[in-house]
Amino acid sequence: MIDIKGMKKSFTLGDETITAVNDVDLHVDRGDFLAVIGPSGSGKSTLMNILGLLDKADEGTYSFDGIDVTDLSDNQQAKIRNEKIGFVFQSFYLLQKLTAVENVMVPLLYRGVSDKEARKKAEAMLQRLGLGERQKHMPQQLSGGQQQRVAIARALVGEPELILADEPTGALDQTTGREILKLLQDLNEEGQTIIIITHDNFIAHQAKRIYRMEDGILREEEAE
Amino acid sequence: MNLSMTIRLAWKNILGNRLRSALTILGLVIGIASVILLVGLVNGAAQSVNDEIASMGADVITVEIYDETTLDLDDMDAMSKLNSVRDASPELMLDAALSKGGEKSSGTTLIGAGESYIDIMGYEIGSGRNISRIDVGNSTKAVVIGSGIARRFWKQKDPCGDTIKIEGDDYTVIGVLQSAGSAMGNNVDEMVIMPITAAKYLGESIEITFAYVRADTEEDADAACTSVRDYLTNTKHMDPDSCIVVTQKMMLKTMEEINRTMSLLLGGIASISLLVGGIGVMNVMLVSVTERTREIGIRKSLGARRKDIMYQFLIESVVLSAFGGIVGILLGLVLGRIASLTGMMFAPGIGMIMLAVGVSVAVGIIFGILPSYRAACLKPVEALRYE
Repeated sequence: MIDIKGMKKSFTLGDETITAVNDVDLHVDRGDFLAVIGPSGSGKSTLMNILGLLDKADEGTYSFDGIDVTDLSDNQQAKIRNEKIGFVFQSFYLLQKLTAVENVMVPLLYRGVSDKEARKKAEAMLQRLGLGERQKHMPQQLSGGQQQRVAIARALVGEPELILADEPTGALDQTTGREILKLLQDLNEEGQTIIIITHDNFIAHQAKRIYRMEDGILREEEAE
Repeated sequence: MNLSMTIRLAWKNILGNRLRSALTILGLVIGIASVILLVGLVNGAAQSVNDEIASMGADVITVEIYDETTLDLDDMDAMSKLNSVRDASPELMLDAALSKGGEKSSGTTLIGAGESYIDIMGYEIGSGRNISRIDVGNSTKAVVIGSGIARRFWKQKDPCGDTIKIEGDDYTVIGVLQSAGSAMGNNVDEMVIMPITAAKYLGESIEITFAYVRADTEEDADAACTSVRDYLTNTKHMDPDSCIVVTQKMMLKTMEEINRTMSLLLGGIASISLLVGGIGVMNVMLVSVTERTREIGIRKSLGARRKDIMYQFLIESVVLSAFGGIVGILLGLVLGRIASLTGMMFAPGIGMIMLAVGVSVAVGIIFGILPSYRAACLKPVEALRYE
């Protein structure tokens, strides 16, 4: 489903050029559960940004779900992000002024779905993730774990091809983190393609395949 | 996102930061409130002047002299005989103490006039009679009084035949005017009209610098006006710039021009204040965009396109400005009402109010474009990384 070949991305900081992503190849099949592990500064965040069409590579090709997404316009990128990719961030990134259900509705509203329809789907998704009681709560009224689950509901509500999770348990305590991880594993069992970016070894080993990123270079690791 | 949701969200954002929102729209509120108040007062004043001019009658010509030239009763007679003129009367404002039975009268207007004055002015005699040509010829100490004075000193009794003291002298009341209220700035009910010739008893000389001339018909007003002007410039050898000879129509036209100029002036001042108000809105919107950089990044990651973000912030700017406009309009109306209670005339037009609303929305759009555009162009990656 995802095919990346020869991807390169560099940044210039002052008079120094840093190659964040250096000639990376990646192939992801539907239903895969990948972890990309690496220390901070390894370029894994840059890779995730490009995977998520939040940024563009300098060189290389990127094929997503059969479409060449290497060089799309801002609007085209936005459309694919909206329809095919669901993000889960470390700090949840929920919109603070909206309730849980309103937060989950947002991707659908940007897609042009009606208010009523979006609300129905959002409520169903929250129900599915065990947050039926907390629909009208504001993010500030929810625990970290609950917030992350709302974020996951938001990522899933549009039925995306891919879930991209950047340190999804980074802001949670160990128990809650394990719960979230289990949730992601369950979703994968149901067929959802998931890529997790992390610096935590344990987390990485919950995935089916592990890639290690170091100084811009990506390498698959042998499963233990 | 549909409009109502976006507006609700915009409103939530505005309420979420009440103090800042209030300070933002303050400039706009003050600007619009002052325009509503000032234009309302100018309109009110103009309307009441117009009403007074209109009450004068379309066949009446006002004559006012500004240099040392004075007219006398022979001139009045001569002018009555001019083409298209029916009659003419002087109006001499007098200052004297009125009293009856030891009780002084204040707030009274004392006028020395000719026999046609009451007719020309359109006043009606309620009881008794008008001043006659004979009264003028004889300098009779006779007066026609307003109904307010009659009621005050004679209560329900008919004052005709009785006397009233002016500067200690007795004057016979020969008539009472019907109640009429205000006309050309004077309160008819508090008027005392005497033959202009009787003014000599008050030490005044009969030097006429103000007169009313009536045309034969309303249609003859312009012709009569020309006749009078020619009389003054040719027969009396007056400098045309030293006198004013105008019909009611001319006065109304002048009023209209004055009103238009005032409105333009106020409009100009208003535009400046709205500009300032708009800059205030833009300023805060820019800050708001910077503060919500992370939020914009999140929305973009969820699939918001540039125009979605632009739309969101533009609506917020418009809602803010429209709200400011409405508050400004309400404030202006309240202040106008207060002013009218102190006696000023306040007449806000519905057109003015609609314009104010429209302008507020326009300000919101114009001054919201730059911040909205900047929000829309933020790069998702940088926006998400923003602290």
